[in-house]
Amino acid sequence: MNSDETSEGRNVLLKGLWKENPVLVAVLGMCPALAVTNSAINALAMGLASLFVLMSSSFLVSLFRNLIPKQVRITAYIVIIATFVTIVDFLLAAYSPVIHKELGAFIALIVVNCLILGRQEAFASKNRPGMALLDALGMGLGFTGALLAIGVIREILGSGSLFGIDLFGANFEPWVIMVLPPGGFFTLGFLLLGINWFTQRSIKEKENHG
Amino acid sequence: MDNLIWIFISALLVNNFTLTYFLGLCPFLGVTSRLETAFRLGLANIFVMVITAICSYALNEWVLPFAPFLRLISFIIVIASSVQFVEMALKKLSPDLFRALGIYLPLITTNCAILGLALFSTNKGYGFTEGVVYALGAGGGVTLALVLLAAVREETRLLDIPDIVKGTALNLIIAGIISMAFMGFAGLFTTV
Repeated sequence: MNSDETSEGRNVLLKGLWKENPVLVAVLGMCPALAVTNSAINALAMGLASLFVLMSSSFLVSLFRNLIPKQVRITAYIVIIATFVTIVDFLLAAYSPVIHKELGAFIALIVVNCLILGRQEAFASKNRPGMALLDALGMGLGFTGALLAIGVIREILGSGSLFGIDLFGANFEPWVIMVLPPGGFFTLGFLLLGINWFTQRSIKEKENHG
Repeated sequence: MDNLIWIFISALLVNNFTLTYFLGLCPFLGVTSRLETAFRLGLANIFVMVITAICSYALNEWVLPFAPFLRLISFIIVIASSVQFVEMALKKLSPDLFRALGIYLPLITTNCAILGLALFSTNKGYGFTEGVVYALGAGGGVTLALVLLAAVREETRLLDIPDIVKGTALNLIIAGIISMAFMGFAGLFTTV
């Protein structure tokens, strides 16, 4: 592998983490991002499950990219994704029934996460398996990171704890609204607002320094 | 009969698919800039949901007992192909309705609310009638959420909003407030 390919690989890996972050920038895969992030551990489990499905299906789609007829490609992708989701579903049910119960139907709903189908269509079907794996890893980690951020904020404010460990003691009055559905909308809304503020400020600073 | 009304109201208000389960958020944020289109999308949703409920009931009754691990794959394939089929049938039988639903009919195949409906109603063990009523309630709930958000968004267009809040951030905060209002329905039934 020459240096050109190495730097291309690094770009592919890094863009999912921040510049094209699936949740915070592209606003994809919203349903799981909001539905299961009422605690940090649920968010992490959901993120890792999606990461696994994304990487395995990207790899497989990329391997078969010249064999899948163009007309039925979406169906083929969905069948591949659904297969891996079924595997994750059964694995979680066997090894960690508590989390499986908490996440409920949302594990199954990874099938229709537009982020995963989107990566197959936009990247995996056009690139070599190695690149597809890197892209999936970057996007999956970016997704997990964003979910974890939302989960941490909601758990700290909503239950006064982090990963189940009490942070503030008995005097803390939890903001119950943050673990309820509206809290999900608010947290992501204000995160996006903060990111907008940050990007606009850095653009302005660049203009000032001319 | 009482039971059916409860299922309907519960899916429509208390456990609203969009505002409390976060299902179908992509269209919820994507196509609610105009009231008219939001309403049509809601109608298309109800339509597909009822068909999905019927199909998933049939699958659950006759196919899945023999192969439980095929649940996800068979649901998603049946949903996708039945939407395609409905689209063709509608085009032939009722072009007016077809034109009214437009692009939204094929789009909602990949809407997580549809698969969510199939999974939830089989998880809850609903029979045929209950499943259809549940689908009507859920579809009505999605329509209600879409129309509410679209109506608020149409009003905000005339307001002087700071640049950093514009777009998705504002929509999410509005959705949060609507969702908060819907939390008020939570005490409506205690046993559903």
